[in-house]
Amino acid sequence: MKNKTRNLVVALLATMSLGISLGVQAADSVQSLRGRDVSAPELDTGGYVVPKDHAPTARDYVQQPPLIPHKIDGYNITTNFNKCMDCHSWTRYRETGATKVSLTHFKDRDGKELSNISPRRYFCNQCHVPQTDAPTLVDNTFKKAEGLR
Amino acid sequence: MSYDNNRGGLWGRLRGAGLGLVLLVFVAGILFWGGFNTAMEWTNREAFCISCHEMEENVYKEYRNTIHFSNRSGVRATCPDCHVPKDWTHKILRKIQASNELWHHFLGTVDTPEKFNAKRLQLAQNEWRRMKGTDSRECRNCHNFEYFDYSIQGRRSTRMHQEGFSEGKTCIDCHKGIAHQLPAVDQDIGSEKGGAAPEVFHPTEAKPAGG
Repeated sequence: MKNKTRNLVVALLATMSLGISLGVQAADSVQSLRGRDVSAPELDTGGYVVPKDHAPTARDYVQQPPLIPHKIDGYNITTNFNKCMDCHSWTRYRETGATKVSLTHFKDRDGKELSNISPRRYFCNQCHVPQTDAPTLVDNTFKKAEGLR
Repeated sequence: MSYDNNRGGLWGRLRGAGLGLVLLVFVAGILFWGGFNTAMEWTNREAFCISCHEMEENVYKEYRNTIHFSNRSGVRATCPDCHVPKDWTHKILRKIQASNELWHHFLGTVDTPEKFNAKRLQLAQNEWRRMKGTDSRECRNCHNFEYFDYSIQGRRSTRMHQEGFSEGKTCIDCHKGIAHQLPAVDQDIGSEKGGAAPEVFHPTEAKPAGG
């Protein structure tokens, strides 16, 4: 009985120390782009402002998914309802004046044309995102694609 | 003159008693009315609404993610602000109708999220119909579109609001599912998911003549 208890305590201590050292290692090795440990709370949590509704932003590079020129707070995409498609779908865009979904979104992954939007395009904000006034994370010399200037 | 003659007599005593009775009824009336109104207002609180787990588990949880629950200025619209009319006549009528909801609470009609979701379209449509019928009266308790300043509204809202009002639309015609999740609506994405037809969500109505 005594031995069992001792073994249990030793095992527990070993696991805990392993856990702690692993945790420290992980935090040391992975840094976020803002220069913080990924495990640490973010230095600057938001406070960024999404610009007021504006006309569509021009693309910066070829094949860029167009940016969202408006706020999307509270616009949910759920199994039941896709809020984006309430304005941007082909059946709705005339009434709402929104940009209609590209016909490329009617193709399935094998390139086969479908008669409506492909389910793989369901989650709009996997590619289309609004912008904020956040500073760039790394210095860069990015220039707009030649043909789009 | 005949009144004077009877003063202090049988009639006078009756009159005295009558006055007392009137006074008693008056005070009882105040007490009853006060009590009645207090009880009614007691049921008009968020805490009372979510004391039923149907509300707490489903609609309240959804509502907590929306702007009417939490926002930058902390002004909230709680359950009764949208679902119970403010003026007395309509409030009492809605309260009487709510006895049906009480009945279904005891029947356990929507006491699990699964049962609730199965009924979501019907429940949502009930509320949409009510809002439409009253020209979104409860919205307009706070959002009075006569005082909209279109110069500081967004591009989209400025255009859509003015178009909508000129077509005789009311808030709920567009602003559905702003405080709770929507029922399944078919939107022509992939195969049909068995949701409601798009016409249910955006009913196409004849525009009023000259509108």
